[in-house]
Amino acid sequence: MTEVSVAKEDRAATGELVVLKNVNKHFGALHVLQDIDLTIARGEVVVVIGPSGSGKSTLCRTINRLETIDSGTIAIDGKPLPQEGKELARLRADVGMVFQSFNLFAHKTVLENVMLGQIKVRKADKKKAEEKARALLDRVGVASQADKYPAQLSGGQQQRVAIARALAMDPKVMLFDEPTSALDPEMINEVLEVMQQLARDGMTMIVVTHEMGFARSAANRVVFMADGKIVEEAVPDQFFSNPRSDRAKDFLSKILHH
Amino acid sequence: MFDFISDYDNPTLWGAFWMTVKLTVVSGLGSLIWGTLLAAMRVSPVPLMRGFGTAYVNIVRNIPLTVIIIFTSLGLADIFGVTMGATDFKVQGFRLAILGFVAYTAAFVCEAIRSGINTVPMGQAEAARAIGLTFTQTLRLIILPQAFRSVIGPLANVLIALTKNTTVAAAIGVAEAAYLMKEMIENEAQTLLIGAVFAFGFVVLTLPTGLILGWLSKRLAVKR
Repeated sequence: MTEVSVAKEDRAATGELVVLKNVNKHFGALHVLQDIDLTIARGEVVVVIGPSGSGKSTLCRTINRLETIDSGTIAIDGKPLPQEGKELARLRADVGMVFQSFNLFAHKTVLENVMLGQIKVRKADKKKAEEKARALLDRVGVASQADKYPAQLSGGQQQRVAIARALAMDPKVMLFDEPTSALDPEMINEVLEVMQQLARDGMTMIVVTHEMGFARSAANRVVFMADGKIVEEAVPDQFFSNPRSDRAKDFLSKILHH
Repeated sequence: MFDFISDYDNPTLWGAFWMTVKLTVVSGLGSLIWGTLLAAMRVSPVPLMRGFGTAYVNIVRNIPLTVIIIFTSLGLADIFGVTMGATDFKVQGFRLAILGFVAYTAAFVCEAIRSGINTVPMGQAEAARAIGLTFTQTLRLIILPQAFRSVIGPLANVLIALTKNTTVAAAIGVAEAAYLMKEMIENEAQTLLIGAVFAFGFVVLTLPTGLILGWLSKRLAVKR
């Protein structure tokens, strides 16, 4: 437990950004999230891993209330998640989200995708929004695709645009819901590199992924979920070299030794 | 052979078809707006609005158009005194007919748009909400623009049906094409010829509608 308590002291210094307390959720008879307690500090990168159906994607989606919860509380920057409405919309603007299936707005160009939120939610003027959008597209390496439509881009490019779209809102925290799972192997790295850079720049990130390499190199903490519960939390080195729980040992033995 | 046509000047053949065009265009625009609002209600998170939208569509689309149009005149105008601000009987008939056409056609427009909304992947709305757009903004900026593009074809069908449905306005004295046709058939011997003239007139109106909107539908399709 030493590593975890050290991490806790760090968090107290930087402040708690996302706090889940005793969160429960059911899909019909399936108890998909069971008594989840999780605290993410400002600037921390938390990677959530676990077998399929363990509830990790659902956990990620509850944080901006794309999934509602049955009981417990979720607070972001000290404010509990409000009910559906204007206030929730405002809060969502502060929480960037990147989806497995990219979900770029299909009828808008890449540039318009990155400008839309700035103009309609942040009320930025068009010229400033365009400047910022172009700068962000440059940062994720797709500046030359600005005037194309999403369907004309490769999966890796689309996902990098999706990251730029989320960053354009100046989010306090970024949620990544299996961002590389729908990508061809050769495109995974270009997305991971952008995410590594974000982590180095100090962005608070919650990343649901199967990319163990990313977890090792970029995460401050690994959260291992199975059957709707958080089974183990540890710093990456400890988790991968010396997992405590049998469930985690079993999971790692299946994915690491090919 | 076509000499008899020039004997009619109230309305003339051109005047009658011009009335058909006016009824179609105004009712078309009106039902597009009202139908879109109904579709928004049918997908809204507010149960009362969903209930109203569903009830409206299911009641209105199952009533014969003739009943609706005659009701606007004999019911709304004669019993309830709704004259749509018209003092002249002809203008009143025109406005009431448009009211009836909009009420009726909007139910079909609503269902076409709703099926279009169903073609937009769930992730589009989720992404819109995730960047902080409200329900109305999500619908207006993301869902409806994509839904419209996927239902231009079905909307063309509704518009063609509306063009032909405007003939029902003759029942309340609006001097459009079918009104003149009835008058000509009563007075002239060339029934077949008259029928052919009016059938041709409607094909001239509706065929380009279908072709142009079909072309637009291909051009504006959202690529995924």
